[in-house]
Amino acid sequence: MKISLNDKEVSMAGESFSVRELLDLMKFTFPMIVVKVNGRLVRKEDYERVFVGDGDSVEAIHLISGG
Amino acid sequence: MKSRLEKLKGICIGIAGCGGLGSNCAIALARAGIGHLVIADFDTVALENLDRQYYFLDQVGEKKVLALRENIRKVAPGIKVEAHALRLGPDEVLRIFKDCQVIIEAFDQAGQKLMLIETVTERFPDKFVVAGSGLAGYGGNNALRTRRLGNLFICGDETSEVSAAMPPLAPRVGIVANMQANQALEIILDDLRPDGGDDVWDE
Repeated sequence: MKISLNDKEVSMAGESFSVRELLDLMKFTFPMIVVKVNGRLVRKEDYERVFVGDGDSVEAIHLISGG
Repeated sequence: MKSRLEKLKGICIGIAGCGGLGSNCAIALARAGIGHLVIADFDTVALENLDRQYYFLDQVGEKKVLALRENIRKVAPGIKVEAHALRLGPDEVLRIFKDCQVIIEAFDQAGQKLMLIETVTERFPDKFVVAGSGLAGYGGNNALRTRRLGNLFICGDETSEVSAAMPPLAPRVGIVANMQANQALEIILDDLRPDGGDDVWDE
C-alpha cells in the first residue's frame, strides 16, 4: 500500500496497519504524538482501533516536553 | 477597512501556561496590540524561572498569572487581561477560553500539550491552537520551524527534549514563544481559516 505520511509518499508491504503499528514502523518514538488521518485527529487511546490503508493521508508530529 | 491595530484590539487570545513560552508570548502579543488576553497557570514564580521567563526578582513567590498580568500592563496599559490561577484540564479549557479566537499552547509537559490540542480540535473546531514542541538547548536556529495541521500550528524543532544535559535556555525558548506570537498575528491579520482550506504553506 501507498500512503502519504507528512506530505511524503511512503510504500509499505501490507494491506493496512493500525495507527500504533504505523507509528512504530516509522520510528515515532516519543510518547506524545499528534496524529491526523485524512485530516481527522486520532486520540491516543484509539491508535490500536484506527486503521490506515492505501491512499490515506497521515500526519504525525512529536510533542516534546519543555515550555 | 479597519486598521491592523484596530483589528488586533478586538481580538482575544488564550495562553495556556505562563512559563517560558507563555510569559514571553503574552508580552509579545501585548506589545503587538492584542486587546484581550486570557492567561492561565497554577504555578508561582520561582528564582530558577528568571533565567528565561518574563518575571522579575521581586515577583518570586507570587502567582505567575498575577505577576504576568502586572508585567503585561506595564508594557500595554490599555489591554484587558483575564488571569486564572488554576490547573487546566479539558473542562477548564472549555470554560475559560470559550471567547478566544486563538489559544497558545505553552505547557511544559507533552501530555498536557496533547490534552489541549485534543480538547480544542474536537470541541472548538473554529478556534486555532498554536503549540510549541522542541526548544531545549542552544544553537540550531534553522531547525526551528512551524508546521500546520488544519487549525493546529506547531512551532519548534520537534526533537530537543528538556533534560539535565539540555536545559531550556532563554534565547531558544524566546524564539519559539515569539514564533507562536507571530503565528497568532498571521492567523488574525490574514483571516486564516481553521479548516485549512486556505493553506498555502511553504515548508
